[in-house]
Amino acid sequence: MTIDTPTTTPQDWASDQEVRWCPGCGDYSILKAVQTLMPQLGGTPENTVFVSGIGCAARFPYYMNTYGMHSIHGRAPAIATGLAMARDDLDVWVVGGDGDMLSIGGNHLIHALRRNVNLTILMFNNQIYGLTKGQYSPTSEVGKVTKSTPFGSLDQPFNPMSVALGAEASFVARTHDLDRKHMMEMFRRAREHRGAAFVEVFQNCNVFNDGAFAAITAKGARDDMLIPLVHGQPIRFGAEQEKGVIVDDQGRARIVSVADVGEDAILVHDEARAEPGLAFMLSRLSAGPYEPTPIGVFRAVARPDYGSETNRQLAAAQDKAGPGDLTALLHSRPTWDVD
Amino acid sequence: MADLDQTNEPVELDRVIIRFAGDSGDGMQLTGDRFTSASAVFGNDLSTLPEFPAEIRAPAGTLAGVSAFQVHISDHEITTPGDAPSVLVAMNPAALRSELHQLIVAGTLIVNTDAFEERNLTKAGYRTNPLTDGSLERFTVYEVPMTTLTKDAVAPLGVKPRDAERSKNFFALGLISWMYTRPSAPTLDWIDEKFGSKPQMAAANRAAFAAGHAFGETAELFEHPYSIRPAPHAPGTYTNITGNTALAWGLVAAGQMAKLPIFLGGYPITPASDILHELSKHKNFGIRTLQAEDEIAGIGAALGAAFGGHLAVTTTSGPGIALKSETMGLAVSLELPLVVIDIQRGGPSTGLPTKTEQSDLLQAMYGRHGESPIPIVAAYSPARCFDVAIEAARIALKYRTPVLLLSDGYLANGSEPWLLPQVVDLPDISVDFATETNHIDGDGNPEFWPYLRDPDTLARPWAIPGTPGLEHRIGGIEKADGSGNISYDPANHERMVHLRADKIAGIANDIPPVTVVGDVDDANLLVVGWGSTWGAIDGAVNRCRARGHRVAHAHLVHLNPFPANLGEVLQRYPHVVVPEMNLGQLSRLLRAEFLVDAKSVTKVRGVPFSAGELEAAFLKEMGA
Repeated sequence: MTIDTPTTTPQDWASDQEVRWCPGCGDYSILKAVQTLMPQLGGTPENTVFVSGIGCAARFPYYMNTYGMHSIHGRAPAIATGLAMARDDLDVWVVGGDGDMLSIGGNHLIHALRRNVNLTILMFNNQIYGLTKGQYSPTSEVGKVTKSTPFGSLDQPFNPMSVALGAEASFVARTHDLDRKHMMEMFRRAREHRGAAFVEVFQNCNVFNDGAFAAITAKGARDDMLIPLVHGQPIRFGAEQEKGVIVDDQGRARIVSVADVGEDAILVHDEARAEPGLAFMLSRLSAGPYEPTPIGVFRAVARPDYGSETNRQLAAAQDKAGPGDLTALLHSRPTWDVD
Repeated sequence: MADLDQTNEPVELDRVIIRFAGDSGDGMQLTGDRFTSASAVFGNDLSTLPEFPAEIRAPAGTLAGVSAFQVHISDHEITTPGDAPSVLVAMNPAALRSELHQLIVAGTLIVNTDAFEERNLTKAGYRTNPLTDGSLERFTVYEVPMTTLTKDAVAPLGVKPRDAERSKNFFALGLISWMYTRPSAPTLDWIDEKFGSKPQMAAANRAAFAAGHAFGETAELFEHPYSIRPAPHAPGTYTNITGNTALAWGLVAAGQMAKLPIFLGGYPITPASDILHELSKHKNFGIRTLQAEDEIAGIGAALGAAFGGHLAVTTTSGPGIALKSETMGLAVSLELPLVVIDIQRGGPSTGLPTKTEQSDLLQAMYGRHGESPIPIVAAYSPARCFDVAIEAARIALKYRTPVLLLSDGYLANGSEPWLLPQVVDLPDISVDFATETNHIDGDGNPEFWPYLRDPDTLARPWAIPGTPGLEHRIGGIEKADGSGNISYDPANHERMVHLRADKIAGIANDIPPVTVVGDVDDANLLVVGWGSTWGAIDGAVNRCRARGHRVAHAHLVHLNPFPANLGEVLQRYPHVVVPEMNLGQLSRLLRAEFLVDAKSVTKVRGVPFSAGELEAAFLKEMGA
């Protein structure tokens, strides 16, 4: 819930460290969105932790005046899992890039999602390795020419929404770095979700992959190229809302002209649908950031989170056996006495 | 009848070494374990050596599938599972073929004759039947049709023939229990408890056990049983314990003594998984266990929990340590408490996963990039794993550092009687979290510096999330001395490298000096050991001294840093020898550190040294 009278200001959430991303980097607007949002969420800096891996995005914790850990490439979801299991009183955020979370740390990401650890995970997707100066990433398009792929990359890219939905994440959303209002709304929803919340942020790397998302996120392009997913609303887009999404008689999600199929045929978005299949189909509507692409909350379902379930087992064990008694434990196997 | 009574009177022995061997599916580990438990409760001193293949069920009847359990029981203090068994129980031809070479000449051989049919003989590689071709004439052979007798015994219970055969290990256990006058009650009670939910199986196992016992008593095969008196143990309450259980309980105790919840992040790996299993049972102690997606996540989650103020632990074996190395390096840089447990096994790579070795010492010492010192402690007997777990936690918490605890497959699965400690005697290892700011900034405002060190220990403050006013960021990038902010300053990096090294080196002042036993004042030879070689070294040193040689023994629990007096001790004796189950890793460290001509005695066969092997090596070293 968003609180009415914040007790902190955005400045309270900003550390005294100089921000050292390249001028013009999309990360600045994401940082600003988070720092602006934090007072509205009602948390406190001392109960908030940002954990990151390695990469440009992973410098994020240094700029937040909270507890933070800048850890190892790829391992942030695993480290944050331990912290969230140990301390379910904390508000734990994980920040990383597409290489960090989908390449070297892909395993940890999917396991944090399937376990539903109470984490807010922000993945800045710029489709490139920035900190190592411009190699293709696991989200780069096929044929990407970079320093490490002078003849074009051969790898089929991951679709982060498909990966998260495939891991049956309980909260999956997408936003982009040019729309602070939308970002803040997605981050707010993610933070308020109990369990693992995964948010992909399309983020522009103006040095190594400039304009990767321009075809869909530039101001003039958005109406026709971004498909807003709004719970309970028909999925429509276009300046006149003239386009929409249907599921055809073959079970495929398709973009259609509303005039052609009629308003009633348009798919009504249901983020709370238990079965992730339809959300997965929506994630496949776009092959890349050059086709109309859905943004918003793909999926938000209630499921017990890992830390709470862990604590439930601990409490049940104490109810049954009483608090741990070391002397009793030491005598729990067959013993004998020597006089 | 008077004669018969007399012959059935047990003959007293001071000790016996029995080796149970059979197919992986024959239940030999269970048989050995139950025999051991009954002997422990009876009051003997004992030491065990379970040996089993890496395959869960290797093809039945093959040499690869042989599983064995050796137990040494005595009326006096012993420290090893024995050099060579005097009794071998062989449940099939493969077990006989694979284990017979271990049996002493004129030793007792008990075979299950039902298994000695052509197909099994062929699988074991026998061209002729060893029971009839005269090849066993050096041994006292007892031929017992155990399968048939077991089936007969359980038939009245309506057990299916195939299930009936499964109880034959209890027949063997009953027979050996009669032979060595073991009390039956502990085994029968255990059967009732274990198979309580399957009454027919419980009844079958009881019947098989009773039949084996009765067979010993009534078949005119054996002249008399044997007895071994209880050993003179110090007064107190004892239990028989394996190294992995003792280690797990030591961690539970460490949590209690530190007044912190335990967090264990682990991944299944032989021979360490039992610690994860054991700790996951004790949730009422507030212990959280995570079976992570991989070894890296196991230590990562533990490090996250350490940041959150838990006593964090990760358990693994050598290959897992390799995977955890990067995170150990981060823990060195973050200076957070973390206990890393390595139950060593044969390597490199998958190596000999169920066999023992001590070949991870140099990995523990140096297996990370950068200057990355980590304290190392090693357990030296199964029961001592308890104390060493507490010591590892003490050092980790006090010095805010990852600590490596080395055990091995032999300690992990071997067992011995353990005088249970009094909880009130256990050390208080609790530490304080930071709650206050510790520095004033240039404008006169209080602030928190996460890397401002305690001048005595050089440990940094441990400020956990949730503490108002102490918000701070830590990471793997080099930190400015004091403030902890990112720093690429060359002089600062050099200072931090030295500070981290000095912090670990300083622990030498906070650990006991190494003690020397044996001919402390005038030994010709000093034997330096670490870890599980303790028992065999102790036995060998005593044998050499009994022959009139002057020998001393120093055994290291702390391997980094070494005890402060170690250099002086090493200089005191003309000859120094270092037995290790590797190619000389400790001897290399001693030579490098102390410029001492430490000779290496090595063995990498997946089984511990025997006292006899070491005795011969020590005599050779002394030119005797």
